[in-house]
Amino acid sequence: MSANPKNMVKVFERPASLTDAKFTYCPGCHHGLLTRIIGNVLDELDIADRTVGIAPVGCSVFAYLWYKADSQQVPHGRACAVATGIKRARPELIVFSYQGDGDFASIGTAESIHAANRGENITVIFVNNQIYGMTGGEMAPTTLVDQKTTTTPLGRDPKVAGYPIRFSEMIATLDTPIYVTRQALFDTKHIMDTTKAIKKAFQNQVDGKGYSLVEVLSTCPTNWRMSPVQSNKHVGETVTKVFPLGDLVDRG
Amino acid sequence: MPKGTVVFDAERCKGCGLCIAACPKKVLAFSGQLNKSGYDVAHMAHPDDCIGCAFCAMTCPDIVIEVYREI
Amino acid sequence: MGERLLLRGNEVIAEAAIRAGCQCYFAYPITPQAELLEHMANNMPRLGRTFIQAESELAAISMVYGAAGAGVRTMTSSSSPGISLKQEGISYLAGANLPCVIVNVVRGGPGLGNIAPSQCDYFQATKGGGHGDYRLIVLGPSTVPEAGELTMLAFELADQYRIPVMILADGLLGQMMEPVELPDPIDPASLPAKEWATTGAKGRAPNIILSFEMDPEGLKQINDDLQAKYRTITKNEVRYEQTDTDDADIVIAAYGTIGRICKSVVRMARAEGIKVGLFRPITLWPFPTEPLKALSERVDTILSVEMSAGQMWEDVRLAVAERAKTPFYGETGGIVPTPRSILNEVKKHVR
Repeated sequence: MSANPKNMVKVFERPASLTDAKFTYCPGCHHGLLTRIIGNVLDELDIADRTVGIAPVGCSVFAYLWYKADSQQVPHGRACAVATGIKRARPELIVFSYQGDGDFASIGTAESIHAANRGENITVIFVNNQIYGMTGGEMAPTTLVDQKTTTTPLGRDPKVAGYPIRFSEMIATLDTPIYVTRQALFDTKHIMDTTKAIKKAFQNQVDGKGYSLVEVLSTCPTNWRMSPVQSNKHVGETVTKVFPLGDLVDRG
Repeated sequence: MPKGTVVFDAERCKGCGLCIAACPKKVLAFSGQLNKSGYDVAHMAHPDDCIGCAFCAMTCPDIVIEVYREI
Repeated sequence: MGERLLLRGNEVIAEAAIRAGCQCYFAYPITPQAELLEHMANNMPRLGRTFIQAESELAAISMVYGAAGAGVRTMTSSSSPGISLKQEGISYLAGANLPCVIVNVVRGGPGLGNIAPSQCDYFQATKGGGHGDYRLIVLGPSTVPEAGELTMLAFELADQYRIPVMILADGLLGQMMEPVELPDPIDPASLPAKEWATTGAKGRAPNIILSFEMDPEGLKQINDDLQAKYRTITKNEVRYEQTDTDDADIVIAAYGTIGRICKSVVRMARAEGIKVGLFRPITLWPFPTEPLKALSERVDTILSVEMSAGQMWEDVRLAVAERAKTPFYGETGGIVPTPRSILNEVKKHVR
């Protein structure tokens, strides 16, 4: 980094809570962006040294490399149950579970729903990019109708594979969760909204209010076979039609 | 005098182009220079137009960009 | 020693866990170990500790993973089908070097089987029901008091070696009541801190609980370390009991409930002038291979008796090799063989 240009102040830099590790994600993938936002929130709330991050199985399996905080890498789908175990063992810790749509809404369906229903005082970040990235682009529970993936080569056919699951709406039917919201990252306005939502979700936990879920519509340029810019456009114009943005529950 | 400036950590850039699209002043472009990983690194093509709004850095998925603004 | 109580096996295991300083217990209802859950539900909250009835046995073992990784003593319990659901988590716990206690009150199998006592999960427990080269310390109690003692021991061994420890009981042991003296409780706060646990990285480098390693050389190192640990445990932690084997012509090899029943068989046989002895493994892993091998050099028959189609029998044959005859008598389906039926079997192998 070059020294401060004269009479200018630095207004944006790498969050202190993040390590220097280079992200393993594909060019344009929102996982890295979301990690930066979480880093900023950990800085702002000054909680990194009592936070435990959960690394799921998926593209973000390396999440334990990004934060200057304790982490646990856990079996596919079991993140919310592991988070429950950590939080119950040490309630003073801030526990956040970072999961993809396969992890959270497919194999981890039961763990995800019941942690929410018990009102575990944890923060869950649910990255919804409508596909399985790490394994090469298979269908996810959130894959859109007619969306081509390696396991729906002719496009997702609801007659055999059902419709995309709006998992946050399912969680929102429960009486226990404090905050359930769906956000996106496809432009700077929505990046700011997502940052606010994630800060609120962590603040709920710091205040001991209970379970918060932030679903974040994200891109997968590689497996969508789109450029990063086209991917952002796809989310804004198409994905948000199926997965509407906004707060679903706010009892905080 | 530009109101702001940005600094790229070239080796982190993956040439995704999101910063270029996000800049309201069309300051950024691909530099044509490849980093060690073979990505075409973005840079300030029109540095004088930078207003230090940080939209580029905010959009960057790899935290490549540091932003400075006039005080 | 603590006060004397009349308790069921399930309750003794639960109470022993509490006294061992178990901070978090996660489980799912299943017969024949439901009373274990109930005892924990009645007592853990009262002590300011965690009791969760999880949505499944799989979720429960995952909660154990989290609590163990956070450095507290933690346990789950279930019975055969539920333990099958936990195998994924158990492999991860072993791979991440996490200490915990897992109780299997074995019932008739396979499939839904029934709720009668059995020993048909020996392979799953000792050879590994999950993926990867891993082992659990497996302890086989034969009486209700011993179930309590081995549960306390399980927590000690788990912490000492950073390994999951399984109590392999059965439905009979779980449901039976016996007078028990339990030691005074350990205060969890008095337990030594675990430097490796995720307790918040304040003032230190982050701790990471991990069983994942993309680089083969790195994963080989993880496996080498595990195997070295298993060799140490095999050297230091083998436990077994021998009854009247010094002058025995035939020795029965049996563990758990059957190990207890066979003490009656030894007495009945000797009353009829048949010199029978009993070799009762207590650690099912590490299996007492050396002492059994030594025994087989001076006894010509070692009869394995199990409530299964023959599982520990294989370890007996491995230990004994050709040095002695190794017949087998087993009952499946949840049938508990009587001393008389075992004695009749013994007689078939005595000249």
